[in-house]
Amino acid sequence: MKFSESWLRSFVDPACCGPEFSHLLTMAGLEVEEEEPVAPAFSRVVVAQVVSVDRHPNADRLSLCRVDVGGGELLQIVCGAPNVAAGSKVPCALVGAALPGGLQIRLSKVRGVESFGMLCSARELGVADDASGLLLLDAAAPVGEDLRRHLDLDDRVLTLKLTPNRADCLSLEGVAREVAALTGAPANYIQAEEVPVAIASERAVVLDAPAACPRYCGRVIGGVDATAATPSWMRRRLERSGLRPISALVDITNYVMLELGQPLHAFDNQRLAGAVHARMAQPGETIKLLNEQTVELQSDVLLIADERRPLAMAGVMGGEDSGITLATTELFLEAAFFTPQAIAGRARRYGFVSDAAHRFERGVDFAATRRALERATRLVVDICGGQAGPVSEALASLPERLPVRLRPRRVRKVLGLDLSPKRIEELFRRLGLSFVRDGDDFIVTPPSHRFDMEIEEDLIEEIVRLHGYENIPAALPRAALSMLPQSEQTRPVARVRQMLTDCGYQEVINFAFVDEAWERDLAGNERLIRLANPIASQSSVMRSSLLGGLLANVTTNLKRRQSRLRVFETGRCFFRDPLGGPVAGFRQPWKLAALAYGTALPEQWGCAARNVDYFDVKGDLELLLSPRVARFEVAAHPALHPGRSARVLVDGQAIGFIGELHPQWQQKYDLPLAPVLFEIDLDPVERARLPQYVEGSRQPVVVRDIAIVVDHALELQQLLDALSADRPAIVSDIRLFDVYVGRGVEAGKKSLAFRIVMQDTRRTLLEAEVDAAMQQLLNYLQQAFAARLRV
Amino acid sequence: MHNLDQIVQAAVLAFAATDDADVLEQIKAAYLGKNGQITDLLKALARLPPDERKTAGVAINRAKEAVETALNARREAIRKMALNARLAEEALDVSLPGRGPAPGGLHPVTRTLERVESLFRSIGFEVADGPEIEADFQNFTALNTPEDHPARSMHDTFYLLDESGAVAEGVLLRTHTSPIQVRYMQAHVARYAALETMPEIRVIAPGRVYRVDSDATHSPMFHQVEGLWIGENVSFADLKGVIADFLRRFFESDDLQVRFRPSFFPFTEPSAEIDMAFMSGAHKGRWLEIAGCGMVHPNVLRHVNIDPERYLGFAFGMGPDRLTMLRYGINDLRLFFDGDLRFLRQFV
Repeated sequence: MKFSESWLRSFVDPACCGPEFSHLLTMAGLEVEEEEPVAPAFSRVVVAQVVSVDRHPNADRLSLCRVDVGGGELLQIVCGAPNVAAGSKVPCALVGAALPGGLQIRLSKVRGVESFGMLCSARELGVADDASGLLLLDAAAPVGEDLRRHLDLDDRVLTLKLTPNRADCLSLEGVAREVAALTGAPANYIQAEEVPVAIASERAVVLDAPAACPRYCGRVIGGVDATAATPSWMRRRLERSGLRPISALVDITNYVMLELGQPLHAFDNQRLAGAVHARMAQPGETIKLLNEQTVELQSDVLLIADERRPLAMAGVMGGEDSGITLATTELFLEAAFFTPQAIAGRARRYGFVSDAAHRFERGVDFAATRRALERATRLVVDICGGQAGPVSEALASLPERLPVRLRPRRVRKVLGLDLSPKRIEELFRRLGLSFVRDGDDFIVTPPSHRFDMEIEEDLIEEIVRLHGYENIPAALPRAALSMLPQSEQTRPVARVRQMLTDCGYQEVINFAFVDEAWERDLAGNERLIRLANPIASQSSVMRSSLLGGLLANVTTNLKRRQSRLRVFETGRCFFRDPLGGPVAGFRQPWKLAALAYGTALPEQWGCAARNVDYFDVKGDLELLLSPRVARFEVAAHPALHPGRSARVLVDGQAIGFIGELHPQWQQKYDLPLAPVLFEIDLDPVERARLPQYVEGSRQPVVVRDIAIVVDHALELQQLLDALSADRPAIVSDIRLFDVYVGRGVEAGKKSLAFRIVMQDTRRTLLEAEVDAAMQQLLNYLQQAFAARLRV
Repeated sequence: MHNLDQIVQAAVLAFAATDDADVLEQIKAAYLGKNGQITDLLKALARLPPDERKTAGVAINRAKEAVETALNARREAIRKMALNARLAEEALDVSLPGRGPAPGGLHPVTRTLERVESLFRSIGFEVADGPEIEADFQNFTALNTPEDHPARSMHDTFYLLDESGAVAEGVLLRTHTSPIQVRYMQAHVARYAALETMPEIRVIAPGRVYRVDSDATHSPMFHQVEGLWIGENVSFADLKGVIADFLRRFFESDDLQVRFRPSFFPFTEPSAEIDMAFMSGAHKGRWLEIAGCGMVHPNVLRHVNIDPERYLGFAFGMGPDRLTMLRYGINDLRLFFDGDLRFLRQFV
């Protein structure tokens, strides 16, 4: 809501002003978002009349004017404006004037001729951008009057950021009512007396949808001059409220809407046929609106129609072919009450907003319909001439204002503040609320202009708003102390993040909507979750993987000359899943992904530089999962190099994958090196084991090493699995400590060295038992894997 | 006797003349070895007459001891010299950087969220989480915002398409973390249904939220922390106390100013906007919008089967992104979601 402060002060004029006044409104819930003077400071500029214009003797483009500034004597002023003309009224800066931008007006000689002031353009005064010529004033402007006073330039424009519940403040009168309640200053509201009926022309109005439109008033005004000029005071108020003056009739309807909050609509009466109906649209019915948009209507849209066709989307926007034009001589002026439910969301559905819909969907005073119609009629007759016909009114049941009970003890309970009934009574009076007492309680009947007083809490809000939120004490709360549960079998996600940062990874937060290509390339996702209204096509799909974001982080940072990167993110991923929950149809697990790119260590003097590889990142992942031991199985993943990637399993459950980016994507995403990355479900990482003490054996441990040669392709995991299933009882641990390929090992083979730990928990092992166990292991390896002992 | 003194003196000089442990041992042999001068004198004792033997023996042994003492002292000195030489040789440039990885760091917003969580935990708030693709019911309806309510236009909501390409009914990307409250209250009510008095609800719900808005001060994805306290005696005064306490602890500034002014949210009544002002620093004296809050609307409590006549309480919602910007002096929200390491590494 944007308006001129001086317009507001024509209704209520409290002593406080400037920032103090804005603060008062803000603290009452009418937040002043902007406050701007309508013109910069300047002085000694007056209304002047140009009496004569002659050529400047020494310059073709300059004029020599004689100007009346009301002082009795005419001033000689040199002027360069193309539109200077004898008889016109223009602003004149007198000698001694200070103009915006620091310009001082002095007695001066222009091309040898004395000039006793300066005639001004709008831009020179800072009141508008127009610099094409002098600012032309009304012919009726009193010569000699101070221009600031004449154009009301000490005014300010205030912009309120109104919350949706305060529809009553979408008018000057509404704001004035609020200011009066806040300051106690007296308010003078518009006395809209009935305009005498001068013609008999009348148009019937019919309520076909009384629930959506319980009140409709209209009247014919004949003999109007639609081309009449809008008075300058009205133009000024409209402009300062952010509305562009269009034509007198349109301006009047807008003016009354701003003044009283009642949207009006003017039809060209000669383009209407028969009675005016307020009815619901037929499905598929269409209307071409004033904004030239043709819309197809649904049956929940309220229409104003005549006997032949829709005339307007009620309370939203008029139709193009029934509206007034400059040729209109007879109009049908509408003032109606449409219920918020009938208007809410309709304009938005068709992709536009209108001042009328904005007000109706929040609630317009249903008791003030006729008053607005009379007020507008008065302005039409005064400005455009014409004679008013009788008002046709159709009335059904208007919204009820049910009494609301306010209990002072409830006020105390909700606010933690003791307010005496006397104080409550005073506040209600200032708000103009009518009430009766019932014991301690107040029974309040909300006024017709308020749509936000339905329950006791609403009244409590009104009370405290006026009493001042700053007058509620700030109390440190009292509550029964009890400890929060703290499970040792979960590891807080904060701890997981900390482990990753300790491993050198930097946390990032990426958007949850991603490029569709990422989902296809990197996640192989064919069941995309698309946004209906994405901000950009490359952010149109909900991610099922965090990888795309991490790869984009690589690209971003490479561009910024960061060649080494370790990043991770934790976040939800999104899948279509009929069994998903808690929102049906979607599974939304938390995932954790990390990516390493560039050298394994930051560049340093003490370690040879090498690029990060699978085993570096696998080590980080194992650390993260520890003490649990994950299994890594060969499995295809669309994002990853098939020979350098694995599925990760914990307790037999697949929890994610790890590997090098597939060379195909490395090329497509233009990365000089291959990133290594993993993505796992966060849930298993957050689970922790409660330690259970097991008593250790005191018997000595025997350690033997063994090196075997096997096929290069043999996976260590197969070998370990087989050995753990089938090994001598005294072997307690088998640990790989070396892998060797090269001299001494034939091509296609590799040498694996194991440390075998043996122990009997009850007695010391004999040398022969140890030898036998080692031989048994070796025999088994020879049989099962064609292994050969390396000597 | 004069001769003995000369021998000792010569030995001491000879020992001192070398820095080499091996040479020292060779010199030692010249005095104390099998054919050394002292050894020879001792051998010659037997040939002396018995009356001289005793005196001479004492004198020679004294000389021998003197030589041995000098020898040991010299041995020790040479050992020390050798050790010092080795230590000097082994000395490192201790100012060279250490070897190994560099630590990573948390995202600045995570730092904030962890602080917020721990501050609220310290007065008994639990931390709850919830889905980001949310049901229309939890995001709006249960929060007293029925369809076509004008408040819905305050949120520019992201909607989803179903697999046929039509707008999916009843689901959206949550526009705030308040639906977590709804889910938490529902679960709480169910858990304690059998009790005469429902235990208090004290919970905060941090998370990512989504709105169709993108410019220097708005991101289509951002963070929120929602807080909720429901009990039999929780008032607006408590809300003011908790919020002021939180802001002062969070910013570690006892003198920061907090003000509450009337506002509107469908799910609270009365509602307030919270502004704060620092008393020093870049934002000194300016009111900064920091959170929205209010007393939970009775309809919201009714929606989750809590009797609003008996229980009441407050809810608040604030932007951790904004808290982070104010705390660390960051001026552009977009930096948070850009993944630029030059920015992120400043928070390690």
